[in-house]
Amino acid sequence: MLCKEESVPQVALLPNVQACPSGLVGGKMQVSLQNIRKYFGAVRANDGISLTLAPGRIYGLLGENGAGKSTLMKILSGYHKADSGRIELDGRRANLGSPADALASGVGMIYQDPLDIPAMRVLDNFLLGRDAKVVLSRTTAAKALLDQACKMGFHIELEACIETLTLGERQQLELLRLLSLGAEVFILDEPTTGISAEQKESLFSSLRKLSEEGKTVILVSHKLPEVQELCHQVFVLRRGKLVGQADIPCPTEQLVRMMFEEVPSRQKRRSLVRPEAALDLHGLAVSTERLQIKDMDLQVRAGEVFGLAGLEGSGQRLLLQACAGLLPLAGGRIWLAGQDVSRWSYHRRRDKGVAYVPSGRLEEGLVAGLSLMEHVALASPQRGLVVDRRFFTQETQARIDHYRIVGRPETRVEALSGGNQQRSLYALLREDLRLILIEHPTRGLDVRSAEWIWELLLRRVEQGTAILFASADLDELIERSDRIAAFSGGVMSRAVAASETSADELGRLIGGER
Amino acid sequence: MNRERLLRGIWPVVPVVAALIVTGLLLAAFGVSPLDGFGAMLQGAFGDPTRTLSVLAFWVPMTLAASGLVVTLTAGLWNIGVEGQIVMGAVAASGLALKLDAPRGVLIPLELLAAMVAGALWAGLAGILKTRGKVHEIFGGLALNGVAIIATNYLISGPWQPPEGGTFRGTAPFPAQAMLPLYGESRLSPLSFLIALVVVIGVYLVLRGTYPGLRLKGLGKNPRSAFLLGVSSEREALLAMMACGALAGLGGAVRVLSWFDSLRQSISGGIGYLALMVVMLAGFRVLLLPLITLFFSAVLSGSITLQLRTQLHSSLGGILTGVLVLLVLMFGDLRQLTGRASGAKEEPADE
Amino acid sequence: MNETELVRVLASIVLQATPLMIAVCGETITERAGIVNLSLDGTMLLAAMAGFVAGYLSDSVWVGFLAAAGVGALFSFILAFGSIRLRKDQYAIGFVLTLLGDDLSAFLGQNYTRIPGPHVVHLGIPFLRDIPLLGPLFFDQDPLVYFAFVLIGVTWWWLFRTQPGLRLRSAGERPETGFARGVNVNRLRYVYTLIGGALVGLAGAAYSLDIKLGWSEGHTRGLGWIALAIVIFGGWSPLRGALGALLFGASKALAAALQRAFPQVSVVAFNVTPWVLMIGVLLLVGSDVTERLVALIPARFRTQVRHVLRVTPPRALGKPFTPGESIEK
Repeated sequence: MLCKEESVPQVALLPNVQACPSGLVGGKMQVSLQNIRKYFGAVRANDGISLTLAPGRIYGLLGENGAGKSTLMKILSGYHKADSGRIELDGRRANLGSPADALASGVGMIYQDPLDIPAMRVLDNFLLGRDAKVVLSRTTAAKALLDQACKMGFHIELEACIETLTLGERQQLELLRLLSLGAEVFILDEPTTGISAEQKESLFSSLRKLSEEGKTVILVSHKLPEVQELCHQVFVLRRGKLVGQADIPCPTEQLVRMMFEEVPSRQKRRSLVRPEAALDLHGLAVSTERLQIKDMDLQVRAGEVFGLAGLEGSGQRLLLQACAGLLPLAGGRIWLAGQDVSRWSYHRRRDKGVAYVPSGRLEEGLVAGLSLMEHVALASPQRGLVVDRRFFTQETQARIDHYRIVGRPETRVEALSGGNQQRSLYALLREDLRLILIEHPTRGLDVRSAEWIWELLLRRVEQGTAILFASADLDELIERSDRIAAFSGGVMSRAVAASETSADELGRLIGGER
Repeated sequence: MNRERLLRGIWPVVPVVAALIVTGLLLAAFGVSPLDGFGAMLQGAFGDPTRTLSVLAFWVPMTLAASGLVVTLTAGLWNIGVEGQIVMGAVAASGLALKLDAPRGVLIPLELLAAMVAGALWAGLAGILKTRGKVHEIFGGLALNGVAIIATNYLISGPWQPPEGGTFRGTAPFPAQAMLPLYGESRLSPLSFLIALVVVIGVYLVLRGTYPGLRLKGLGKNPRSAFLLGVSSEREALLAMMACGALAGLGGAVRVLSWFDSLRQSISGGIGYLALMVVMLAGFRVLLLPLITLFFSAVLSGSITLQLRTQLHSSLGGILTGVLVLLVLMFGDLRQLTGRASGAKEEPADE
Repeated sequence: MNETELVRVLASIVLQATPLMIAVCGETITERAGIVNLSLDGTMLLAAMAGFVAGYLSDSVWVGFLAAAGVGALFSFILAFGSIRLRKDQYAIGFVLTLLGDDLSAFLGQNYTRIPGPHVVHLGIPFLRDIPLLGPLFFDQDPLVYFAFVLIGVTWWWLFRTQPGLRLRSAGERPETGFARGVNVNRLRYVYTLIGGALVGLAGAAYSLDIKLGWSEGHTRGLGWIALAIVIFGGWSPLRGALGALLFGASKALAAALQRAFPQVSVVAFNVTPWVLMIGVLLLVGSDVTERLVALIPARFRTQVRHVLRVTPPRALGKPFTPGESIEK
């Protein structure tokens, strides 16, 4: 990658860097969160959370999607402001109005995509925002950075461009930067997603070092094995509330039970599975900047409903998009009803009977500004040049009735409620589909609407359509699927039969058990 | 409640009034009574039949270009290159006019066709630079505008120069059968006028009621969703650009075959940029286009008379239209100004 | 042509290229902060006129330059306000402003066309100007040239050697990071857009008060667009931008000279060059050609070559920023 910045004069390094300057200095900071509340509209992201963090400990913050972990940490690190509640650092009330304020008070956060400047060199990125002096004191800063790096055992190149570094290296740099600015509390948000095993080990040993020196470390994660490996104590959030805490070591089942609500076992559902394969994946590999799927095999039969469990960003979306043709394959093959579609474009697969229902209704699935009727016209095969408005109005009305959408053909989709938008996404599906790929089938729908949607989907399944869907709702997964597998870090677990599994088992699979 | 509705109804007029006030102030500052000034402009535009015809003759190419720009705007594209597309259309038409010996009935349709093809190709070039080369259509358009002007100058002072020697003013004049038939003594070609009207209606109908129009609309509003619904974004964007280029090129041909009698240095006269401003005002309301273009055309024609009468520079007309567009751009959205509608939506990040 | 003549021609090229160097420097600053100012051409026209008229009326070039800088700052303020505060399309606003600037300059300047006015006085620096070759080129010039060189030097130093420069760059590259480090991104964008605009205004007046004395309609037309192209060609770096401006000036002079020898062809080729270069650079940006080229070169030279070839724009260029918007995507 091109580093676009001017070349910086080589900073004179210390003649020999054998012995690193001794020990990290710093006070010991007590952190106390009292009754933190944060609402986003009707959603209670944080609903009165109180917890205390002692210095020198590594804490894990566990919870499903939407439990409130990220929001809470963003409040602590100054990115959001709590609606009510109090934060005390060392017994004194802290007003953390911005990330810079928070860091000045001693709280630093490393995001999943670390906040650095890709185009800058390491030293410049380190210097940004460091002090108010106009002229850059390169030599001093370089020394400080190298000293810190030495203490932590990191190897860094001052002149390298940030964008040429790996995610793990960028994390290290942020860690050093926060350390050098006097951070006492270190928050890491899902740090092990997208880094190599080696880098993970290095990161963990650095975090242990920090805690030994009296710093507080908070690890936001869903990977239970890692949390158990690293942390001293865990807090578990669910639906915006603190539902439990435990000292490590703690049995996995206990953690899982705290994270996921108990799900009643269900009776065996009539199996509509047919013998022929609808979808066949061999050695599938997909790769994005952050996440990779390697060498995945999967078979979904016609008339089968296959559920994908796992937390956001674990690979389900990647899989669904790769099957849809929205992401190129890095390796492996995809067969659709016996035909190799690995190289087919999204549009071609769509014509062949693959449908993709995205999770972002207005971002990806619907076009704000267009009416329902116009959506139906767009989604249907073209007939002639002129859009037959009368035909499509009737057709749209029929679908409105069928899917029980509250709206009229001429209603613009952005005027529909979230639930109705979701129904509209389904209303746009063609008949006779072979495979439906759904990211979040019933997000934002009330129970009755969800019921109705699944009933309609099942009617298609009866006709032989296969469904591959991802969901954060364990209830839905167990109730609707024939088989379920869980994703964690781009790796899919074994598939279990929905009628025989439990929330416990699913929780373990989500946590990383293979 | 009533006051709000009243305000909303009045609001569109406010920028117009403000622009008129600014222009009036400028007139006064230069010693001309605003009433006299506006009067002169009105007279200059519609004072007598010849003048009105002149306004219409200027209106035609601008309307053609604006119609094309609505197509690209619908697709979410910023076709600044429209100037160059007008120029290349004019160049193509000029080429045939000067080089092809054929009867009028054959020559004219060929000229118009050539102009459309040239404009479409020129726009297609900018389009490919964008879709394949990821070059923003603004900069691609700017560059191609520059190249088109340079090509024109080269032709004028070189291969196509008048027999008496290059003057950098224009090429050799076109033979009579290459020119569009004009109405009386005016510079208006009734044929081109008709074509412009047909085009406006055609664009309106296409955008409103056909599949290509619907696809463009989807593409412009949400390229990602449109793609997922089956719209081939790249191809549609390219086609939209080429359609605009064809119409713009047609406008260029009209300029060079009726308004002028030869290819001139500034053949486009800034019509492309003016058409962009027209479209900024009109938004997606295609049927409003001809009226706004008429307004622009009248103002600009009128300001020439203003110059003759009062010795004030004719750019005053451009100031009037420019201020108007600027005000509409910045302050046109009443709801945003009063703090309603688009509030910052706080959404919880995915946990 | 003997040596003294050659040096004189080169000195003249440097002088002619100076306004463009100033404008390119100003726009580079603005774009580094993340804002594209499409109104350059109109701003320069209006500023050229304002500079000349103000200078003429007060009989002082200083007043003229001040007025021109004011005009530049005013236009860029409108752009900044419309795009940052009102969140409107900065390309649209810039575009309308450029047309408006053209018309305003023609109208307001109509009584002052083609009259003589004040002009910047030549100022050779003693001692330095006697250095062979470099002396007459760089030290026996109008003060404007000295200003331009100092400006470019200061800008470079500011951007790459100071803390405020880092903050400026963060606003254009990744505003979320700047925000997290305590930078008030939008306020910073206002400030630097104004500074950049003022410099562009100065560049306009540099024509009417020095290079192309006086005022007439369309005096500097086209130069603003060329400046935009050169900013891109210069890789958003003040030094390379200045080099680009000089090259452009040189090519124009070369074209003028060659025109006497070969009438038509050369003019076209040289006029087309900045546009072709701009397209070329933008194509390089969008593709991976440069990376593949660099891979062909032996490893030892790679960093240097990369340094020379870099062409990426500031990553957040043209995109509005709201503090507190979701950063995890």
